[in-house]
Amino acid sequence: MAQVVLPTKAAAVSPLKVSQAMGASLAFLGLERAMPLEHGARGCTALSKLFFMRHFREPIALQTTAMEEFTTILGADDNVVEALRTICVKDQPGVIGLISTGLAETQGADVPRTLQEFRTVCPQFAHVAVVPVSAPDTPGCLETGYAIAVTAIIEALVTAAAPVACRPRQVNLLASPMLTTGDVEAVREWIEAFDLHPVVLPDLASSLDGHLIEEGYSSLTYGGTSLADIATMGASVATLVIGPSLGSAATVLEERTGVPSFHFPGLMGLAACDAFTDALRQIAERPVPERVERQRARLLDTMVDCHFVLGEARLAVAADPDLLGQLTRFLTGMGATVVAAVAAAAAPALADLPLDRVIVGDLEDLEDAARPHAVHALVTNSHGVQTAARLGVPLLRAGFPQHDHFGGHARTWVGYLGTRHALFDFANVFSVHRRQIPAYRSRFRQPEGGVAENRAGALS
Amino acid sequence: MKANDILALQNEPACGHNGKSKSGCARPKPGATQGGCCFDGARSALVPIVDAAHLVHGPIGCAGSSWDARGSRSSGPALYRIGMTTDLADMDVILGSGEQRLQDAIGHIVRRYHPAAVFLYNTCVTALHGEDIGAIAKAAGARSGVPVIPVDCAGFYGNKNFGNRIAGDVLLKHVIGTGEPDLIPPAALHPGIRIHDVNLIGEWNVGGEFWNVAPLLDELGLRVLCTLTGDARFRDIQGMHRAELNMVVCSKAMLSVARGMQERWGTPFFEGSFYGMADTSQALRDFARHLGDPDLAARTEVVIAREEAATAAALAPYRQRLTGKRVLIFSGGFKSWSVISAMQDLGLAVVATGTEKSTEEDKARIRGLMGTQAQMIDDNDQNALLRAFREHRADILAAGDRYIYPALKARVPFLDLDHVRDIGYAGYAGIIEFARQVAISVESPVWRQVRARARWAGSSVDAAAIALGA
Repeated sequence: MAQVVLPTKAAAVSPLKVSQAMGASLAFLGLERAMPLEHGARGCTALSKLFFMRHFREPIALQTTAMEEFTTILGADDNVVEALRTICVKDQPGVIGLISTGLAETQGADVPRTLQEFRTVCPQFAHVAVVPVSAPDTPGCLETGYAIAVTAIIEALVTAAAPVACRPRQVNLLASPMLTTGDVEAVREWIEAFDLHPVVLPDLASSLDGHLIEEGYSSLTYGGTSLADIATMGASVATLVIGPSLGSAATVLEERTGVPSFHFPGLMGLAACDAFTDALRQIAERPVPERVERQRARLLDTMVDCHFVLGEARLAVAADPDLLGQLTRFLTGMGATVVAAVAAAAAPALADLPLDRVIVGDLEDLEDAARPHAVHALVTNSHGVQTAARLGVPLLRAGFPQHDHFGGHARTWVGYLGTRHALFDFANVFSVHRRQIPAYRSRFRQPEGGVAENRAGALS
Repeated sequence: MKANDILALQNEPACGHNGKSKSGCARPKPGATQGGCCFDGARSALVPIVDAAHLVHGPIGCAGSSWDARGSRSSGPALYRIGMTTDLADMDVILGSGEQRLQDAIGHIVRRYHPAAVFLYNTCVTALHGEDIGAIAKAAGARSGVPVIPVDCAGFYGNKNFGNRIAGDVLLKHVIGTGEPDLIPPAALHPGIRIHDVNLIGEWNVGGEFWNVAPLLDELGLRVLCTLTGDARFRDIQGMHRAELNMVVCSKAMLSVARGMQERWGTPFFEGSFYGMADTSQALRDFARHLGDPDLAARTEVVIAREEAATAAALAPYRQRLTGKRVLIFSGGFKSWSVISAMQDLGLAVVATGTEKSTEEDKARIRGLMGTQAQMIDDNDQNALLRAFREHRADILAAGDRYIYPALKARVPFLDLDHVRDIGYAGYAGIIEFARQVAISVESPVWRQVRARARWAGSSVDAAAIALGA
């Protein structure tokens, strides 16, 4: 059990978290032919767009209701209707995520009622799904906003009527934003190895993995979960839930459909991977495939190879709660010590971490907590570059954003192979820090390369 | 900010746009709007002040995703790169405890980081609340002994350009003229050379590009009291009213600062650019001309001759490789023509240019550079731009970073002209770097490979059809 330390200072300095609205938008970016629409001033959307664009190195489908002075005071409902209509005409999406930001929430916008109005005024766009999400930026972080949106997507788009398990080889996968596009792909292959077919919600691996298509540029998403697949989630045999943040979304799905859910806080490290493999074995009613056994054996080998180095490592980790949990469980499971852990926002699961203390805060808090422990490395997003430089230690990038190096959005951390590569990377960083006895040279000895006259024999 | 104040700020007699409807009044189209808000613009303009703390008063949405995202570089302090926000929570908004939180936040920042000043940015939620950040700034400044400068720039006031203008107005009202410049170190004086104090307004030192120009100004005896705001220290801005001359660099939004200084301190100004050889030389000549110093004028010609010869020699191999290549420029306003000149230095044929934010004067200069047949594109839609690229059979697209990934998805060579880029193009050295970057992109062997279909899939992908988004 970890003690969760809540913030007491009046500011975020070197902020770790980003807004819930951004998390909600990200969830919609994992749907097919989607356009997230943020209800707020245009700046919110411009900043979100740039953030994801630089992280994924992709065009980002994102629009704004562009509230300004008069509409902020007099009401911006017309902006919402106009924005929905404009997007339907111009971009022809399959689904629009209508996300209210801090400004719209403070103003008191009634988004569901406005959506009704849009349906009345524009019946010709009845085929375009619109999912309203309330994501104020005063509480939470990216992960909580993403979870709110996943819940809203389930409520709006999963058909309640389908009989459970009428698709006996289909499973649902609710994927936390801690999973990179590479992670989601690895989990998909893991599931498919058991002859199961996953419906991934949301499927960032098929939309933001970075792939060129013949059509060139599209103003909508480049892939993602199809609405048809989402509608069938009630027909699956099981729901696999990766990340504690999606717990309540999973409850809504289970209550709605009766499909049983299986929860996994993370998929790094041997114990976490084995729990997932064992669940797949039972759901699939198949033995563990030979290639999964082989991957596991390789991880075991890497664990023994790297344990010398990992055992000495002291780390500071900062991330959204799901990712922080996954990383700290993995690292402590390999013998490393997480001496400073900072979460972007409070979450119930933080108390379960195998640490003495978890701070809810920012990178300034991480720096303060890490400094007295002489950490060997930092693990956080690209904003940690300056913090790491001030501490004089290397940075291993994880989480959002990773704008200053290539491939961060695509690297695979999870599964037996992902864990193995993470172990290699961590071990390589720490091996340069291994304890060495400083060289000693006796004061009775002449300086190295001294001249012959200094020798006793030369005097005679 | 009151509606009257907004209207007053939108009136800029020195700007060529002024006769037309105001940008702040032109309503953005919901569902089809691109670009940042007023807060984004104000912060972008002020954040390069490197020894100040930049504190954003609002919920996490405004600062959380956007701190340390600007390419402006510092030769010293790095405080400007640390993101700071009051990160308002539910209860602050509901109970109105935001003001107390703001005071405590300022206290924390001043104690821990010892900033030369604190810039305090108002955002949508706090503006909607009606928080008086002006009064809080005053009180906090008096208590801490550090200047606290309120920047009332809620996102819903207007667009990014309007935010730039708010930033300029804040500096005029609260900072410029509140201090005196340093003395010149005796070792830097050269007998026989008269030193002139000048300012550059609207030079952001993106990618450190001003450092391509600064040594030449030093050599000529032009002491830059302040670059507004690239690599600036707070005290540089306080003392910039002592300059003899201001140059406004590539910025209509900052014209109001130059005009304000002319009204208040009689400082003359001229507009210029450091993009391209011709413009750089012109800017140096304009300094000498406006300062009315014949000796400086003569020395300037010597420097220009030397630099142009060296640059031409360095560019020769690039010119050979790039001559006849067709470029489509999409960057509004000042850059729409200043970059044309840089492209023409390289022998590139500019086939069209964007004019979304350009003034009539900008357009006249474009016609002067490209001829009366100049194609001007006024649409900021990515698909429209890619269509134009195809119609003009262009070889490379030069635009802001908003267009980079749409272009790359369409397998179109791209040159980033944005302010968040990390490569500097200013000055004589900058044009050589510019040439290098154009060549790297246009001549890259990847284009042929990514445009060809897999060998088992039949004929080549039609790159033009891709660019159309067909």
